[in-house]
Amino acid sequence: MKGFIVALFLVLVWPAFAIGPDEMLEDPALEARAREIGKELRCLVCQNQSIDDSDAELARDLRVLIRERLKRGDTNAEAIAFVVARYGDYVLLRPPVKPSTYLLWLGPLLILLAGGFGLGLYLRRRKQAALEVQALSPEEERRIQNILDRHR
Amino acid sequence: MIPEIGHYALVLALFAAGTQAILGLFGTARKDAYWALATGPTASTLFLFLAIAFLALTHAFVVSDFSVWTVANYSHSAKPLLYKLTGVWGNHEGSMLLWVFILAIYGQAIVSFGKKLPPVLRAGALGVLGLLAAGFLLFILFTSNPFLRLDPAPQDGRGFNPLLQDPGLAFHPPFLYLGYVGFAAAFAFAIAGLLEGKIDGAWARRVRPWVLVAWSFLTIGIGLGSWWAYYELGWGGFWFWDPVENASLLPWLAGTALLHSIGVVEKRGALKSWVVLLAILAFSLSLIGTFLVRSGVLVSVHAFATDPARGVFILGLLAVAIGGSLALFAWRAPKLKAEGSFAPISREGGLLLNNLLLVTAAASVFLGTLYPLLLDTLSGEKVSVGPPFFNATVLPLLMPLLLAMGIGPFLPWKKADAMPVLRRLWIAGIVALAAAGAAAALGSGKSPLALLGLWLAAWLFAGTFFLVLERLRLFRLPWKESFRRLRGLPADFLGMAIAHGGIAVLAAGVTAATLWQTEKILAMTPGESVTIAGYDLRFEGVELVAGPNYEAERATFHAEKNGKPVATLTPERRYYPIERQWTTEAAIYTTGFADLYTVIGEQARADGPRTVRLYHNPLAPWIWIGALLAALGGGVSLVGRGRGRRPPKAARGKA
Amino acid sequence: MRAKFFLPLVLFAGLVAVFLFGLRLDPSRVPSPLLDRPVPAFALPDLEGGEDGLKTADFLGGPTLVNFFASWCLPCLVEHPLLLRLGHEGRVRIFGVAYKDKPEDTARWLAERGNPYDRIGVDRTGRAAIEWGVYGVPESYLVDGEGRIRWKHVGVLTPEVWEEDFLPRLEGVGK
Repeated sequence: MKGFIVALFLVLVWPAFAIGPDEMLEDPALEARAREIGKELRCLVCQNQSIDDSDAELARDLRVLIRERLKRGDTNAEAIAFVVARYGDYVLLRPPVKPSTYLLWLGPLLILLAGGFGLGLYLRRRKQAALEVQALSPEEERRIQNILDRHR
Repeated sequence: MIPEIGHYALVLALFAAGTQAILGLFGTARKDAYWALATGPTASTLFLFLAIAFLALTHAFVVSDFSVWTVANYSHSAKPLLYKLTGVWGNHEGSMLLWVFILAIYGQAIVSFGKKLPPVLRAGALGVLGLLAAGFLLFILFTSNPFLRLDPAPQDGRGFNPLLQDPGLAFHPPFLYLGYVGFAAAFAFAIAGLLEGKIDGAWARRVRPWVLVAWSFLTIGIGLGSWWAYYELGWGGFWFWDPVENASLLPWLAGTALLHSIGVVEKRGALKSWVVLLAILAFSLSLIGTFLVRSGVLVSVHAFATDPARGVFILGLLAVAIGGSLALFAWRAPKLKAEGSFAPISREGGLLLNNLLLVTAAASVFLGTLYPLLLDTLSGEKVSVGPPFFNATVLPLLMPLLLAMGIGPFLPWKKADAMPVLRRLWIAGIVALAAAGAAAALGSGKSPLALLGLWLAAWLFAGTFFLVLERLRLFRLPWKESFRRLRGLPADFLGMAIAHGGIAVLAAGVTAATLWQTEKILAMTPGESVTIAGYDLRFEGVELVAGPNYEAERATFHAEKNGKPVATLTPERRYYPIERQWTTEAAIYTTGFADLYTVIGEQARADGPRTVRLYHNPLAPWIWIGALLAALGGGVSLVGRGRGRRPPKAARGKA
Repeated sequence: MRAKFFLPLVLFAGLVAVFLFGLRLDPSRVPSPLLDRPVPAFALPDLEGGEDGLKTADFLGGPTLVNFFASWCLPCLVEHPLLLRLGHEGRVRIFGVAYKDKPEDTARWLAERGNPYDRIGVDRTGRAAIEWGVYGVPESYLVDGEGRIRWKHVGVLTPEVWEEDFLPRLEGVGK
């Protein structure tokens, strides 16, 4: 029942029409900045969509709000901070770098470094093995050939 | 009656699967060929029962038997036949049935095509598949029975999400599942090999076709999904880093790594435990993907059916299947003896670099997708991880991969000298630079990133092309001789070249469509014209048309280029009264090099202007052409394997 | 040396633990950064368009339950009886914000179903709701006597939610 009510409440309007011409600003530079901001902010009622892509009322309100703030001279960061102050870091599609997201932001690099380190170790061992391995005797060559033939 | 037959067939299938698991696993453990051979018939029985169940559900959807809960909830009598059919897997219960049915298809395929497999290995693989099928059948029977009856039956169904009433998406799930579940076959062989303690070149040669099958299907499945998103969601994007998209990308990345390194086991006997781990990983990620979609642990636009009870059940399955296989890995993998030594700069070294980048990319996508859940669990803090994160972390990993893909195939096994290879490739680099520069001059190329992306794509394409040329010795040998060599090229080589070429095409498409997109959002009244990317588009007006189960507003645009008419575009806005939902249908005119993409929106006032979104997406069609080529490469490689033996000389060619 | 082969298993065990906890969490619940912060600055007209609506200063002087609602909002019907009951009990003041609704519709709705609200602000543009970090109706807030937001609930206010989340906090701040 609870799930049902939540579903009613969060009506997913998906194939969105998103931003419309009536919202857009005259000044193309300002409008471009607004679009940029819109792509960074999550639409709260539709989940996993930016407000720029969303058809939801609230997304539209936020788009209009951001344009108003930009016209009043806000920087991009200030306009975003205004929304974050009310809705929390959750609205940021690019999570802020802070202690609780260090692992997220550094994770890929750490994995690459750890993987690269492991790979380096492995390659060194393989190379040493290559030096240690002695050439096959004719007898061994013949036996390998036999095995290969049998598996054909 | 028929739904009861289907339900009953599911119960029988559970017994068949259980028997198959017991026979197969004991047979392998005791290395007993007699037990092992009995798994063949059980796999066929399982296939038969699941086919019956699947057909029974399909029948219920086709005849609109609304006394069946799934039909009543996901279908409607007025729906076109195609979408009644695809409605079978357009819901949780039916899609799970499709999943396990495909698993049985793979089991039957192993029986049919694996006659030459060693009985013990075959039995082990079938045993693992049987165990998986049993687990999923339990899940279906206990939490998601598609044959549940409704009494009284409703007059008509509740309809079907109109977004899914689309040819592109209709066949997206079967391909995706053929991919996901295909990795179950590779996984089953890996477990069987671990149980038997025999992972070697012969094992790799037998397993590689199954990896190819899975990989090719998954590539098509993801491509279809992305294509659908492109034209159905109406803003010209093709990839949204949605958790469900990520869930399909993860096994693809791991599977791609597996596809490349299994060749090292096949040819050189090295990397055994790594390859086994990748096989486990590729399938585990498919399972985790299923879990993420079904359980609702992650919020996604796709995760309609969220039910914690199902989540717990799938999590249990996951813990047993993945945990069990990883425990087996920890126990048996150390005993696998590494053979085949090689120098860092060699084909093996190149493939390992490929694996490092692919696995790191997969790990980054995984981390980003699960981080919100992780943080919420640990501290209750809520964060969102969206496209900006993935673009910032995954793309820098994929770029060096493209670079390496141009070089890797030139390196000989065991030990290579980098200089001669690079000396041969500098021409490819220059050609690519010229191509990218020309494209940038033609396109609206201001961004250095676009130039880099296109250069990488062209580099990969040119490198792959040169590789084929060298094999053919074109211009150095007489034409006829080159042609003879073309026919004699090993299927693996040809498949690789086609697939790499496809990835190059895809990379060019992604770069141009993302960075050179032109967008116009405006309000138009009939008779007005607008110019976008050299096209003059005249808006003729909007008429009302009736579809089979929807009403549509259909706009007409006439597109002209240099005064000559080139196309008529009719984007629609459809209203599905049964589901009470709107959808947008984009109209796209494509030249093969670019798409002119039109969508219409609402009308604010009855006689007011109409909101119109127009896009020009350069090279967008290449994204799907490339994906299709990549899958085709997989297919070529696969089909060619059965076709005679390659000439030994080519296999050990110096190129 | 063999330990490295156990690494995937250990990582996976951690993952299962996270999933197990994750299943119990509600992913659609989003905490508000406004908790324990003063009520945002806003001023709304009343249903007649007059100045006697709702503004920041009204929150001083006693604990308040703030409820964002609308006549077009179906789930609001579900929680309405509880609000009426709470209004009768009189343990807490109830302020309502009519979200994106025509005042005449709101008035009719309240006339038909009963009016639990001590004050009502009319937020036709939804701007005040954004100040509060509202992302849909219904949403309910608990504000203490000093005008600080103490709790926020998204979705239908059920008797269980009221007793588990609101009552203890009300007792904490109500003195």
